[in-house]
Amino acid sequence: MGYHWNWGVFLARVPSGETSYLGWMLSGLETTLALSLSASIIALVMGSVMGVLRTVPNRWLSGIAALYVEVFRNIPLLVQLFIWYFVLPELLPSGIGNAYKQMHPLLQQFAAAMVCLGLFTGARVCEQVRSGINSLPRGQKYAGLALGFTLPQTYRYVLLPMAFRIIVPPLTSEFLNIFKNSAVASTIGLLELAAQGRQLVDYTAQPYESFIAVTLTFMLLNAVIMGLMHRLEAKTRVPGYIGGGT
Amino acid sequence: MQSRRLFITALAASFLSAPVLAQELSGTLKKIKDSNTIALGHRESSIPFSYYDDKQQVIGYAQELMLKVVDAVKADLKLPNLQIKLTPVTSQNRIPLVQNGSVDIECGSTTNNSERQKQVAFSNTFFVIGTRLLVRKDSGIKDFPNLAGKNVVTTAGTTSERLIRKLNEDKKLGMNIISAKDHGESFLTLETGRASAFMMDDALLAGEMAKAKKPADWVVLGAPQSREAYGCMLRRDDPAFKKLVDAALAKAMTSGEAEKLYKKWFMSPIPPKGLNLMFPMSEDVAALFKNPNDKAFE
Repeated sequence: MGYHWNWGVFLARVPSGETSYLGWMLSGLETTLALSLSASIIALVMGSVMGVLRTVPNRWLSGIAALYVEVFRNIPLLVQLFIWYFVLPELLPSGIGNAYKQMHPLLQQFAAAMVCLGLFTGARVCEQVRSGINSLPRGQKYAGLALGFTLPQTYRYVLLPMAFRIIVPPLTSEFLNIFKNSAVASTIGLLELAAQGRQLVDYTAQPYESFIAVTLTFMLLNAVIMGLMHRLEAKTRVPGYIGGGT
Repeated sequence: MQSRRLFITALAASFLSAPVLAQELSGTLKKIKDSNTIALGHRESSIPFSYYDDKQQVIGYAQELMLKVVDAVKADLKLPNLQIKLTPVTSQNRIPLVQNGSVDIECGSTTNNSERQKQVAFSNTFFVIGTRLLVRKDSGIKDFPNLAGKNVVTTAGTTSERLIRKLNEDKKLGMNIISAKDHGESFLTLETGRASAFMMDDALLAGEMAKAKKPADWVVLGAPQSREAYGCMLRRDDPAFKKLVDAALAKAMTSGEAEKLYKKWFMSPIPPKGLNLMFPMSEDVAALFKNPNDKAFE
């Protein structure tokens, strides 16, 4: 169809001259990694806390956790991102809102995307932690309590060490999703991998090279994560449980 | 021997003259004739060039010129019932869509430049813009050097984006550059105080200003950092179609029709809100209308 292929485009200098287009892609990859990893930490912490709260006997605590899940799981990710980035600063007291908006734009975009992705994925992790805990025989909890453990101690020493080992496989896919979902940050102007790819198209009019490179990089990234998570899975597998050996 | 040479000469002559005699259609014109459909690419929010009105109809200055091209195609191919297929395009997908045949011609707010000419062909220019700044009147910003250390927003994928980055790098202005996804989002960034200035094509800035809550609070200023020629995109290496499109646009410009369209879209109230851009014709555009051409500025 008359396309003018040019794979050398990645080595060409960008118009402002300080790096090559490959340099742009690598800086985008860096941002994607930093964003996804920091959001993963938020997701894991939020998901664990809320997941535990969902299973405790106190109705108020489990209600709060249920509300969190319903809100963050049921609103589209893109909408959530726009709320964090555009709407929230306008709702804050004007002093705080303006101080936030005067920050370096990169920091604003990164913070909004990190919190948004972290809480969105946290809601999904929460449900996995809950199902991990619920998948354990009820007797384990009672055994812990009968031994004289308090409820927090029962969670800490009996339930959670088992639950986390059981949910490693579904956590892997959340971890992969966070990397792929991080591309939505390009819509608020954060120059992560997908945004750099788009920018390369704008500057060089070579869309296919750029999109192929972005696609392969994401695939490679996720293949590496899958490899690492498989090793973790093999190490932490509980014999006799789902996916575990005997 | 003699007859053989004669035969070869005749053969060569017949090959050389064949295309001229047969007038065979090829390329886009053949595609249009065979399918009785022309595929037009348009923008969704490039006010006032190509955008949706409140009834989701595509309107605008570039859209009306594109329909004049369609009329010329109808007349040339003798297809009075030619069907029109409208496809919305974005600044990211417009080039691939033209190349792969989803769109035969795209008239919107696409700058003709040398990088894009490697992928697509451009028709005669139909508008010339300058890249300038939109700022709040009381901001104290008078020109580009005043932007040092400030947040500046521009729309991703535009020439303004690369110009402002280069300016920042060359003059060490220490600006923070925000790339928003479209013009509406850029203006939102400016209006909410995230950025002190919005750099873009002046005609589009006028369009965004007209949409503001209080248009009187805003002003377009600064020495233009570049001039850019807007043209329609076509597939490369299709001289027959390009000739037809160029002729239709040139006719509109030299006959005064384009001037009427200019008054309609840039000097009078336009849909959807009845706003008037009040954007007088620049010398570049006046010169273009007198002497239509397809030259890029860069």
